[in-house]
Order: sequence, then structure tokens, then C-alpha cells
Amino acid sequence: MIIKHLGLSEVNGPLIVLDKVTDASYDEIAEIHLNDGTERTGRVVEIFGDKVVLQVFEGTKGLSLTNTRTKFTGQPMLLPLSEELLGRVFNGAGKPVDGLGDIFPQKFADINGKPLNPVSRTYPRNYIRTGISSIDCLMTLIRGQKLPIFSGSGLSHNKLAVQIVRQAKIAEESGQEFAVVFAAMGVKNDVADYFKRSFAESGVQQKVVMFMNLSNDPIIERILTPRCALTAAEYLAYERNMHILVIMTDMTSYCEALREFSSSKNEIPGRKGYPGYLYSDLASLYERAGVVEGSDGSVTQIPILTMPNDDITHPIPDLTGYITEGQIVLDRNLDQTGIYPPISVLPSLSRLMKDGIGEGYTREDHSAVANQLFAAYAKVVDARSLASVIGEEELSDIDKAYMQFGVQFEKHFLAQSFDEDRTIEETLDLGWDLLALLPKSELDRIDEDLLAQHYDPKNAKRFMD
Amino acid sequence: MDTIYSINGPVVKVKDTKDFSMLEMVYVGYKRLIGEVIAITGEYTTIQVYEVTTGLTVGEPVYPTGSPMCATLGPGIISNIFDGIERPLKQIEKVSGVFINEGANVPALDTERLFKVKMAVQVGDRLKGGDVYAACQETPVIMHYCMLSPLLSGEVVWVKNDGHYNINEVVCRIKNGKGEIINLNLTQKWPIRQARPVMDRMQISRPLITGQRIIDTILPIAKGGTAAIPGGFGTGKTMTQHQLAKWCDADIIVYIGCGERGNEMTQVLEEFSELIDPKTNRPLTDRTVLIANTSNMPVAAREASIYTGITLAEYYRDMGYHIAIMADSTSRWAEALREISGRLEEMPAEEGFPAYLPSRLSEFYERAGYMRTLNGRHGSVTIIGAVSPQGSDFSEPVTQNTKRFVRCFWTLDKSLAYARHYPAINWSTSYSEYLDDLTDYYNTNAGPDFLRYRQEITNILLEESKLMDIVKLIGADVLPDDQKLVIEIARVVRVGFLQQNAYHKDDTYVPLGKQKLMMKTILHFYEKAKKALSEGVLISDIINSGMIEKIIRIKYDIPNDRPDLFDEYLSEIDEVHDKLISEVKEVEAV
Repeated sequence: MIIKHLGLSEVNGPLIVLDKVTDASYDEIAEIHLNDGTERTGRVVEIFGDKVVLQVFEGTKGLSLTNTRTKFTGQPMLLPLSEELLGRVFNGAGKPVDGLGDIFPQKFADINGKPLNPVSRTYPRNYIRTGISSIDCLMTLIRGQKLPIFSGSGLSHNKLAVQIVRQAKIAEESGQEFAVVFAAMGVKNDVADYFKRSFAESGVQQKVVMFMNLSNDPIIERILTPRCALTAAEYLAYERNMHILVIMTDMTSYCEALREFSSSKNEIPGRKGYPGYLYSDLASLYERAGVVEGSDGSVTQIPILTMPNDDITHPIPDLTGYITEGQIVLDRNLDQTGIYPPISVLPSLSRLMKDGIGEGYTREDHSAVANQLFAAYAKVVDARSLASVIGEEELSDIDKAYMQFGVQFEKHFLAQSFDEDRTIEETLDLGWDLLALLPKSELDRIDEDLLAQHYDPKNAKRFMD
Repeated sequence: MDTIYSINGPVVKVKDTKDFSMLEMVYVGYKRLIGEVIAITGEYTTIQVYEVTTGLTVGEPVYPTGSPMCATLGPGIISNIFDGIERPLKQIEKVSGVFINEGANVPALDTERLFKVKMAVQVGDRLKGGDVYAACQETPVIMHYCMLSPLLSGEVVWVKNDGHYNINEVVCRIKNGKGEIINLNLTQKWPIRQARPVMDRMQISRPLITGQRIIDTILPIAKGGTAAIPGGFGTGKTMTQHQLAKWCDADIIVYIGCGERGNEMTQVLEEFSELIDPKTNRPLTDRTVLIANTSNMPVAAREASIYTGITLAEYYRDMGYHIAIMADSTSRWAEALREISGRLEEMPAEEGFPAYLPSRLSEFYERAGYMRTLNGRHGSVTIIGAVSPQGSDFSEPVTQNTKRFVRCFWTLDKSLAYARHYPAINWSTSYSEYLDDLTDYYNTNAGPDFLRYRQEITNILLEESKLMDIVKLIGADVLPDDQKLVIEIARVVRVGFLQQNAYHKDDTYVPLGKQKLMMKTILHFYEKAKKALSEGVLISDIINSGMIEKIIRIKYDIPNDRPDLFDEYLSEIDEVHDKLISEVKEVEAV
């Protein structure tokens, strides 16, 4: 027999409290029927004796202590799954909003997922060519990796994400299907439209599943959005053997929703008011990237987050950086000098690249070139800070060479146009040409054989004028 | 029957009961989720659950077990990979697939596998706690000694013949003081939160040789010592720990992946099974135990994983082995404490961490040490814990409290990591308190020069950092030649000595002897160059001689087994400088 509980005993922000409930289980979903005939969904977040605390996804506006009937479903939040997901648009809670009706599910899965057994993972090694020099050479994206973009408000992270999606698709050669799962959390309508339009223009629309929680949608739904998206991604990857790229934007809005929710539950806050479990919560999302044994598919994540006040030590980028396998950091100064993509090379990193590059993957000299470019660019920064004190004229010849290298590196290597798709050979050769601006004795990260093979000061001529 | 009264995340409460004792292990709900009692008041007993609590209902039963959270200790631990509460992940994979289901109760150790057991006692022997009664070859490189639990003693009344037995086979019976007969199989249980007893703590005197130059030479760690590696993300904490795990001269490695990435554990599994240990010619996995509680696995088990790891380490220490524990990362463990503490609505201290954070940290690090065990053997547990400071800010509570309880502090530096200088251990902010304890060892085993060279090398680095303050203001060009030389030599030290390439076949592990010769060569060059400068040679000529680049490449050019090649370098340095000096003399003569 299904019991419906009449009325509520408390409403507080997104939370409602019911008394005298004996059949509720932790984390299960409840349907809340309002007297006006509408229905909302809630989830059990705490049980205390016969008192049950529910969070209401759609918000508690209009709820009173008397106008509801609540029914517990006995199930955690389940997402209907089938291959029909592709090309569809859902709201943050996984309900279709494109007017094409419900999908016919082949199975249902708990959106919270289950922890992946570490021994069942396959170590990711296959690189994804994005056609963007700085990413391919210096922070190579690997299939099954989670590589966030750390950006700031107003920077071109969305454009970069679209370019990656478009060009990564072109580079797909294994014959396996490629699809994108897009989770928008608290993004502006314009941004959501931009993504929709860009996917349509580049012809990937039919290969995209969108979960849209816009900035004026309820925050509780925002907490579900990435979970729905990742559940869909896991299904397509591990059961349908597709390569899935998950783009989640904006993680900052997600974390803020979590903070709002946490404080309404009267939880003890950690740093900057974010709940103490922010790390575990973020990990439960990011760790859902990977490659598992017994499946040919993969889940690769590119979460985008805007660093509040461009501060990389803020808890959101900080905790993200501790979980993800590297980061791509965008820089406002580069952006202002008109360089696209404005990737700040030094703090950017891909932890998985070392095993996915080199002979058999990209080219044997890849790791040496990447290391040397990093080391050289670090010296550029030193030289620039020195020049700002004593003036460029007073620098030593070596430092001057680095200044020159820095300018050309940013102009030719970092900067590339939105539709420019460089092969890995082009990128690495470009790297060698730029390194040729420096005297051979400065290239201490590259061994003699490679230097003999690739280093030629003549190649740097084209940057001289 | 006790039943669940409330559920909040991993915290479950039972009302009005006196059936539970503090830190007792319990089973929660129909699925029998594993939990532990963490607080008892008159009204409520609070339990933290080591698994996901989704689907749990008020009114489900809670079963007491009568004993605290224990680790099962016996043959079959080595080469295995466990979760935070010693459940074997490979067996879990068999029963629940690639995703871990709750309530997957599988025995910690393989109960079917047969070990060739050799008995070490006879009827009539008197045994006290810690005495060995049987031995078996656990892996080709580890002999496993079954020891009487430290809590037991008695006279042997029955012994099975040598043979092939599984871990649950009773191989020996003893009669204790009360006349009770106790059956002994190959395993024992030990509560994970309690340090295993030893005879006494011995003086620390031997280094843990790691083959990493900056550690062995500049910031050494002792066997039985403690070290912390704090560093922001991307500075190479995990990489450093992997290098230490691969190359340090401990007998057994316990690698605890505490709240870190799943792919990292996969990498450890893969790399360690492929990597052949030069000392034993067997894969590293033959002497490694992995505890994997990745960041998406339940948070309470993350808190327990550190204790499980150290209990396994202490068990092998009692057999007389030297163990190194890599805990990556203790910050995640502290955060797990904070999360549970928050759910218990305890009064927070700094940044939401509970006030008992320092005492928990010290309890953990104090379980390290060089010990004389109950059976008279010598063994050690060395703890190397990574710390992930929030916002790369070393003044945060976990880093600061850890600093108080460790004696080696290897700080990883963001700017070094940005310049891809690895290991990115900052030589000026890091320290090791073990140098004095290890002086005798170095003097005897590496020669009396070793520590003198070390001091000279650190002096050069110190001088460089002073000079860099000036250079940052006015540029390097205005410095006098002798100071320019210091900067050049410091570059040689940094790039040619401190920086080490983990992916290079020779450079990934460098024996002490070569470390010493590298220092000797650098210092010899410095002496010669100083002399040349005083004879009027220009610094630019010394730099242009190409000798500096050559010395920097020594780490790649001289194989580890060819120390004889250093002589050529020393004489070449002499020749180059003599030539420079004679050229100056010629010009002067003209």
C-alpha cells in the first residue's frame, strides 16, 4: 500500500520536514503533490526518528504546511537511459525540455553512481588531438582524463571548449563513436545558446546530450545536473562503448549551489562557507571519468570553472586541482593582449600526458620539447620581471634572447585562430623552431641526439623580422 | 534488537541502548554495512558507516560484533590491494563488478590459497607474545613469520607437521596460564587504532636510502623516521612518493592512497608489477601492499585507511622487516575527520577541523620508529606522508600540525614545479632533523668527505639565494666575477645535481657513491674556477669552455656502475683551467 503523507511540519529554504514518517529510506526520492495539481520532486537528506528532511528540487515556493501530499517512492533518484539520449535536451533533473517527449528507457540508473573499483580501471594512455598547439604539446589531453579549464569571468573558456569539441571529433580515427555530454549549471541563457548553436554549426548536434540548468533555475536541480550528465555519460561509454567527452560548466555555480544548500541545512561550514565535504562531493563527480576494463568506451571530462576574482587558491579551483589530473589555466593578461587561446602555460599541466606521449603515441621528441618549452618560458617570466626593474636594455644577452623567445612563443605557438587545426607534427616542429631562438647551451632538457636531429638556428630566422 | 534511529550521510544513530562499546565494529542494516561506534551518550550511540548509506531505513537492525575494528594479519597481505578497511578490491571486483556495491563482505585474505608452512616450535615450548611459531614463503622475496598475538602466551601442547595449509588451518595449540587451550592458525587479528606493542624503541641510526640526490644528500630521512611532503597541486607529491616507493631500500612498501585519484592507484598497480626491483630481481609488487581508498569511495573508510595501513606495517615490522609507508595524502584523511566531525556537530577549531586533529596526527606519526620487537628482532616503520595544503598555503592547520610531529619536512615549491624542476623540493625551506643521527652512518659508509661536500654544496645554494636578492634588483651583469661564478656553480648544483629525471634509466636511482662523486666533481670545478679567476681568467671564458654543460650532463653521461669515469672529468677540469690560465699568462707576457 502506498501511503501519502498529508502536510508538512516545517519549510526552510529548499528543505521541508515531515513528521510521523516510518517508511522513508536515506537518499530516496519522494513525490510531492500540491493541491493545485502540480507535482514536485524531493530527496531524503536526513532522517531523525520519525522526522524526515527532504530537499525539494524545484524549490519550495508556494508550499505551505497544509497544501501537500507526499509519497515516498522507495527508490533513489533514477535516470532513464537509452541510446535515444543523443541529440536530446534535458533540464537539470533529467526531464526532457525539448518537447520531444520522454525517452523509452532501456534501463534506469542511480544518478549518484557507485564508486569505481580502482583495480577495474585501465590506466588511460590514448591521447586526444585537440589541434590546439599549447594543449597538444604542453598539456596533452588523454582519453579518460579529467582536465578542467580554470578561467575567469569574461575569458574565452566557452570558445575554447567548443573548439576542443569540434577538433577532437575530427581527430577521432578509431572508428568508435564519439559523443558529447554537456552539463550546464547555472549558466546564462546566452551561454547555453552559444553552445547549442556552436554544436549545431559544427554538425555534432545529433551526438550531444544536453542537461541544462540555467542561472535562474532552482539550485537543488543544479546539484543533480552533473550527476545526471555523468550517469548518461557512463551509460554511453561503458555499455554502448562510445568515447564520451563531458563538458561541465560552470563548476563554480555548482559549488555555490552546494554551499547554499549546506547552509540551509545548518551544517558547519569549512573554508569560505563551503561545506566541509566539498572535496568529497567534487571527487564524487570528477572521479567518474576514466576507462574501465571490459569496455572500449571512455569518459573524458572537461569541467569549466570561473575562478572567483581570478584567484587560483580559492577553495573551488584549489580542491578541483587536487582531484583532477591537471588543469588548463586561462590568463587575463594574455587575453587582453589579444592572444587566443589565452592559456597560461606555467600553471597548466596534464598529469597523464607523460604516459600518453612519445614514441608510439605522438613523436619521440615530444616530452623533451614540452619540458624545454616549459623551462624556457619559466625563464622568460624571470627575465621579464627583471626587465621591469632594470629596463630591457640592461639585460644580459641570454636574457634578451629569452625576451625574444617569449614574444614569439606567445605570438606563434600559443596564439592560433578559432578554426585552425594543427597536427601534432606541426606543433612539435613549431616548438623546435622557437627553441632555435635560444643558444644551444640553454637547452639542458634535451639530449644530444635529439638536438642534433632537430636543432637548427636557421629555423628561427622566420621569427626574426 | 537495536535499530537505526537516525541517518545523516555516513553517520547513523541508535537510540536508548547499552549494547555497544566505544570503537566497536558493527554491522548496519539488512545489507550488513560495516560501521564503527564513534560516540556513546545516554541517549544515542553514534556509528560511522564505512559504506554508502543510500537506501538505509529507520528501524533496520544494527548488529554488534563485540570487538573493535580489526585488521586480519597473516600471509597473503603482500602484493594485494585493499580498500580502507582491508577488503581485497580484486575479490570485490569478482562479486560486484567494476563498481563497488555496498555490503560486499569478502574475507580480507585468500582462504583457499595454500602456503608451504614450516613449523618453528615443538610440543613443550613456552611461547610468549610475539614469538614465531610457523613460517611460510609469502612471496618469493618475503618470508612470512606467524607470531603469537602479543596478548597471548602459553605452552605448546600440539603441533601440526610441516605441510601445505591455508590460512585458517589450525597448525598449533597452546595452553595458557589458566589452562585453556588456544588454537592457532596462520592469522591473527589486531585492532587498527592501537599500536602493536614492542620491546623497546631503538636509537635511530640508519638512513633510508632512496637514490634521490636531494633527499639522500641534502635532506636525509632515517629508517624509523617520519617525513612530510607538503605541496600544492601539480607540484609532484605523488610523483615523489612513487619514486621513493620504487627505490628506497625498505624491505616492504605499504602504499596508502587515501582520498586520491583512482587512476593513480591504477598507475601504481601497473608500474609496480612491471618494474623489476634491482635488489631482488622480482617485480616490486612482491614486496608492496596497496591500500586504495580513492576520493570517491566512502569517506569514513578513508579515515580508517591510514590506521589499516600502519597496522599492516607494524605487523611486518614485528617480523624484523623495514617498512616504508607512503601515505598520500594525509590532508584527505584530515578532511575525512572534519567531515565526520561536522556530521557529529562537534565544535570546530581552526578552519572547521576538529580540535583533536593534532592529537590524531601525532598518534599516527608516533607509530613510526626503529624498534626491538617482542621476539627480539629489529624492525622499523618509516612514515612518509604527503600533505595537500589548501590553497598552497603552508600555514593551514594540517600542514602546521604535521610539521610539529615529523622530523623531515620536504616542501614542494610551485615555482620549481612550474619550471619543471623535479623533484620540486625547495632546499631552503625544507629541513631534516636526522642529519646528526646519521652522521656516523655516512662517515662509515660514504666516507668522511661526504658530509663535508654536502655542507659545501648547501653553502653554495645559500650564497646563491643571497645573491639572487641583489640580482633581482640590479641584474646579474653588474656582479663581480667571483659572485657570477657562485651563480654559475649554483646553477650546476641545481640543474646537474638537485634536479633528477625520474624517467631516465640511470638518473631515476643514483647510489650514494655516485652522489658523492658528483658533488666532488662540482666542488673540484668550483675550486679550479676560483683559482683561475684569481689568476686573471675571465668568467666568460670559463663559461664558454663548455665544461659547465658537461658537468651538468654527468647525471646522464656516467652510468651508475662506472664510477671510474669520474677521474676523466676531474682531469679534464684540471686541463681546461690550466689551459685558460696559461693563455692569460701568455697574453700578459706579450
